[in-house]
Amino acid sequence: MSEKKTNRRDFLFTATYAVGAVGVGATIWPMIDQMNPDASVKALASTEVDVSSVNPGKTITVLWRGKPVFIRRRTQDEIAEARAVKLEDLKHPEKDEDRAANPEWLVMLGVCTHLGCVPLDQKGEYNGWFCPCHGSHYDISGRIRKGPAPTNMEIPKYEFVNANTIKIG
Amino acid sequence: MSDHEYTPKSKFGKWFNDRLPLLTLANHLTDYPTPKNLNYWWTFGGILTFCLITQIVTGLVLAMHYIAHADMAFDSVEHIMRDVNYGWLIRYIHANGASMFFLAVYIHIFRSLFYGSYKAPREIIWIIGIIIYLLMMAAAFLGYVLPWGQMSFWGATVITNLFSAIPLVGEGIVTWLWGGYSVDNPTLTRFFTLHYLIPFLILGLVVLHIWALHVPGNNNPVGIDIKKPSKDTVPFHPYIVIKDGFALLMFMIVFAFFVFYTPNILGHADNYIEANPLVTPAHIVPEWYLLPFYAILRSVPDKLLGVVAMLSAILILAALPWLDTSKIRSAVFRPLYRQFYWILVADVLILGYVGAMPAEGLYLLVARVATAYYFLHFLVILPVLGWKEKTLPIPLSITEPILGGSPNLATAKNKESLNK
Repeated sequence: MSEKKTNRRDFLFTATYAVGAVGVGATIWPMIDQMNPDASVKALASTEVDVSSVNPGKTITVLWRGKPVFIRRRTQDEIAEARAVKLEDLKHPEKDEDRAANPEWLVMLGVCTHLGCVPLDQKGEYNGWFCPCHGSHYDISGRIRKGPAPTNMEIPKYEFVNANTIKIG
Repeated sequence: MSDHEYTPKSKFGKWFNDRLPLLTLANHLTDYPTPKNLNYWWTFGGILTFCLITQIVTGLVLAMHYIAHADMAFDSVEHIMRDVNYGWLIRYIHANGASMFFLAVYIHIFRSLFYGSYKAPREIIWIIGIIIYLLMMAAAFLGYVLPWGQMSFWGATVITNLFSAIPLVGEGIVTWLWGGYSVDNPTLTRFFTLHYLIPFLILGLVVLHIWALHVPGNNNPVGIDIKKPSKDTVPFHPYIVIKDGFALLMFMIVFAFFVFYTPNILGHADNYIEANPLVTPAHIVPEWYLLPFYAILRSVPDKLLGVVAMLSAILILAALPWLDTSKIRSAVFRPLYRQFYWILVADVLILGYVGAMPAEGLYLLVARVATAYYFLHFLVILPVLGWKEKTLPIPLSITEPILGGSPNLATAKNKESLNK
């Protein structure tokens, strides 16, 4: 008899805790989610850039979503250098062909994958970029070669709207 | 907690105290029995309370003039410096006050390390202290972001990116912290809110810290348990109040020197350049008080492990009461520990120095050796020392060695005969 009563009470307790937990969770979630990117931030998702004035061997930096994007018009030598690298030598193996579909143009986030500093152009031991904060060296394809950064610099989603205009995002 | 029952003298006092025993608390605080041999290293608790109140008061005033917006923050700080009446003074006190706060807290922590104040029965005091220290670092970092200069912006970028080292959810957490895809206005406004909140959390924890202290009472330079109240104690007021007050005055001279004569020496010139998301300053370093941990972060070549090492270096302190296996508290009676203590002090100073230097060549090598030694001290040397070290005999009371001439031999014999 007492067993039956206990079971009923256990059920009520469990049900109360469960409903309570859902209620607390549903109340806390808006407080947490309000910190995620808001609608106005998300609305700035794409940028169009005119690259007609960029000469070979030069890099321009544009701002996309508050972050710098490097657009480099590479010389034939640089393309050859980037494509000659063996995948075994890379910490984060990626072919240059996959990073720059149009080999003349390298479009990538100018953000070091270590802790987010902006690497410097044409510096470092691999003829590419060098991050002054903690000493990461990137090659001419933006791939990490030496230093604490774990991965290659990121390639954003982009497309050529026409021969002179790149749309990032 | 007082050993005697306290009764207010006046009738109103008694009526009030029966309903809210504030007068009993005040009486406890004034009569609180304190070891009579406390030296000046024990005055930093009071100095730290002063630092906290200074930061809260100057911070409240600055918040009346500061504007937490990415487009206006930098200008509003310059407005405080140039236009607001005494704004320069208040801001310099607040900015240098952070450094003074850390200076005092490091002395306070290393005093605990020397005299074994973290050992039983004071573990909870110690752990609350470590939490306060962590919150201080958070508050200092958040506050440094608010002027929205180059160091603010890139410091915020680097520190928030530490979370991206977490596998799987790291990137999501960083975006959530930023409220966008980079450090920007949403980041600034929430940092301001949190910077405002944390000092009050610290204040609450300080109350707990002192409450927990008043249960066993103060440790002392001899590190022995004493009877309270007894010949070994003096009442907090006026003895400790006067001593703390004098030490505080000396401390304020140092504080005032920085504020009035060299207010920017502890800062970075780059922070007088407005934040620019396209250009990272050539040499990013945190404020001096975070440099040892920064050196540990950079000495590990792997991103995740570097972050883990840096956090462990701080959190390992919380486990100290159990890592130090010696029953003797004070380093005065631990000849070997005393030497390792000073090696640790040197090690932390070296880490601080290499943390300010570029992470390459000899600096990197030194940073790696010093990082390894830091962990070696806590994880190997301290536990082993506890049962290998031959400690000196401790006196029976604070008064005894003074009255009994030669402290060590005589007291040791006394103790042995008492044990028999």
